[in-house]
Amino acid sequence: MSELLILNGRVVDPAQGTDEACDVLVRDGRVAAIEPPGRFTGLSNSLPNELQMDAAGCVVAPGLIDIHVHLREPGQTHKETIATGTAAAAAGGFTTVVAMPNTTPVNDSVAGLEWMLAPERQSQVNLLAMPAATLGSMGREITDYAALVEAGAVGFTDDGKPVLEDEVMRAALLAAARLGVPVSQHAEDTRMTGGCSMNAGRVAFRLGLRGMPVEAESRIVERDLRLLREIERESRARPHLHVQHVSTARALAAIREAKAQGLHVTCEAAPHHFTLTEDAVGDYSAGEYCTNAKMNPPLRAEADRLAVVEALLDGTIDCIATDHAPHASHEKEVEFERAPNGITGLETALGLALRVLHREHGMALGRVIALMSAQPAGVIGLKQRGSLRVGSYADVVVFDAGVEWKYRAVASRSKSRNTPFDGAEMVGRVRATIGRGAILRQ
Amino acid sequence: MAHAALAEGDRVVSPYAVGSLLSVEQLSVADVAEILAMTGRLERMDADERARVLKGRTVALLFYESSTRTRTSFELAAKSLGATTTLVSDKSSSIEKGESLKDTGLTLRALGAECIVLRHAASGAPSLLARATGLPVLNAGDGMHQHPSQALLDLRTMLARLEIRGSTSQVSSSRPGAPSVVADIHAGTLAGVTVVIAGDILHSRVARSNAMLLPRLGAKVVLCGPEELLPEDALGLDTGEGPAIEIERDFDAALRRADVAMMLRIQRERLAGAALDLEEYVARYQLNGERLAACAPSALVMHPGPMIRGMEITDEVADGPQSAIEEQVTHGLAVRRALLVRALGVQA
Repeated sequence: MSELLILNGRVVDPAQGTDEACDVLVRDGRVAAIEPPGRFTGLSNSLPNELQMDAAGCVVAPGLIDIHVHLREPGQTHKETIATGTAAAAAGGFTTVVAMPNTTPVNDSVAGLEWMLAPERQSQVNLLAMPAATLGSMGREITDYAALVEAGAVGFTDDGKPVLEDEVMRAALLAAARLGVPVSQHAEDTRMTGGCSMNAGRVAFRLGLRGMPVEAESRIVERDLRLLREIERESRARPHLHVQHVSTARALAAIREAKAQGLHVTCEAAPHHFTLTEDAVGDYSAGEYCTNAKMNPPLRAEADRLAVVEALLDGTIDCIATDHAPHASHEKEVEFERAPNGITGLETALGLALRVLHREHGMALGRVIALMSAQPAGVIGLKQRGSLRVGSYADVVVFDAGVEWKYRAVASRSKSRNTPFDGAEMVGRVRATIGRGAILRQ
Repeated sequence: MAHAALAEGDRVVSPYAVGSLLSVEQLSVADVAEILAMTGRLERMDADERARVLKGRTVALLFYESSTRTRTSFELAAKSLGATTTLVSDKSSSIEKGESLKDTGLTLRALGAECIVLRHAASGAPSLLARATGLPVLNAGDGMHQHPSQALLDLRTMLARLEIRGSTSQVSSSRPGAPSVVADIHAGTLAGVTVVIAGDILHSRVARSNAMLLPRLGAKVVLCGPEELLPEDALGLDTGEGPAIEIERDFDAALRRADVAMMLRIQRERLAGAALDLEEYVARYQLNGERLAACAPSALVMHPGPMIRGMEITDEVADGPQSAIEEQVTHGLAVRRALLVRALGVQA
């Protein structure tokens, strides 16, 4: 029997509606009891110090869950490995991450999935994966969903690329619906974004860069919602569409409407989309054509950023997901149009969410935590995670919610440093991350 | 806006070496005045004296895109100042083997280059090179972004031909027999002057540089072209200093207001599949003798080259008395001398 006491903290567990001073007893990797302060004094006197954590002044919350990360293994281990990426996750307070399939080779088979999830990869946190929605993520033929779900898949996606063809997307939604998992769509009409490297608009025009119009995102979202409606009408299936990294007011309006109509659609937002705008690409002080401000979907205009914030506040957006996308410095230190898309995000997500959503936009702390724990758990149907309910896995993050600090990319646990947030203000600092009762980081 | 950030002064530290010219946004009006004053001084200098100004200095010309005017004028400018030049092009170097821009720049620096003149198809490439090498970099045209030396030579051409007078810096007209013009460069130097930039604005770095520079000297810039080549986003070029940039779709209406008509080539190589009815384009936007006589009989006609005669401009206009196209080239040589001297930190 192994025990751990987390004492004197403020327990915030949105799934149970808890927000009060409590002590938490962890036993054998699960939450054994949550009691008012002082109840565990007897036990505290008998447990060795290293099995007691003083969380005074800190928030004790469910471990964070990120359903959208790129860990680059297999095949791109110069950018990241499962071990380094998940170490960054633990540093950022995450206890569960979902790996995207755009590795080399693409994770589109049971063998590939099993290899990725094997203990030999040395994941530092609970590792899950969404395999490819189509073979090779080529958008033509769907993978073996039943076998992949059996092997642990929590959803399907061709992330980085959309599933463009109506019939293929329809088949994917139907097959996933039968298994009760989502199809997670990278919503980009690539017929409208050829040669584009940032958001379309005045900044792109000034910089002489071709821009991706907001319609490239909203058209795919609208198409997918149409498919959901058709499938629900024509069959008894109730497919679950999850829209990744929504970045535009237009796509959010379509999702809001679809939710009101009762369709099974969920979506996520990335911290950079509620924190930064396209101006970060042409920021003179950071050096213009900042490739660390290049990702897909791109940073948008201020009105779109505010629409993302609003949709997080009103519940249209179900969860925060980082789209952690490490790239080596030599890959990013090239001409803007040639640079790969993506930024790291696991270590800055909580600090940005608390700064922008909690402090600047008044979102309750419990809502921020829910968007990063209980709600992403709900999107992928995770049981016994995302809450500190007694009997759940003891995945816990302990953080000082009031502290202000500056992120330093050089101190990252990730193998890569491609972040636009080097030196940026963060609010709230992780003091400890606990996964199934084991201290991952303190 | 970059220059706004610069104007705030001490807090923003430029990541680029002094003397770099990546975008007209980096130039204050005082910088422009100084560059044109130096241009005049170098032009008036006798050739032997001029050949000592950059003696012993090394300038690398790094060209990833074809060029006639810009490359030759930078090269001749450097040579006339006594500098050693070396030309590296993407077709005959390790760039073909996949060497990055950063490594190419570091190699040139290790070989003694003190300044790099860069032409590149990717917007923003000069910023990358300047950051990577720490050397002064002169942007000789990057993608669809900027061509700052072109805007400066266009400005000098206008000052000469419009005979704008002032007091501090000498600009001599290359028109035989024309009086030498003295222009005082300040925020009102081009007040009352309307410059129409017509054609393929979308793909044009020349249009961007001119539209971001000329209004800061008081000029009214009117952009003219069809929606496909001139989206509303072009108003993003407005720096907020000087008269606001306008879009006018009707070329004849724009020409009737023009003191200067700057014509641009349709950049077929950058059209990227966009459909454009060329016959209709010619009908609506070609500057031909008839249109010029009817709408702008005294306007100055400019073109950064290369021209596609019979497309955006006709022979009788390009070779006619209102044309300053060859003078632009000559002013290019003069202005680029000053930019090289400035980049290498020499007093002249």
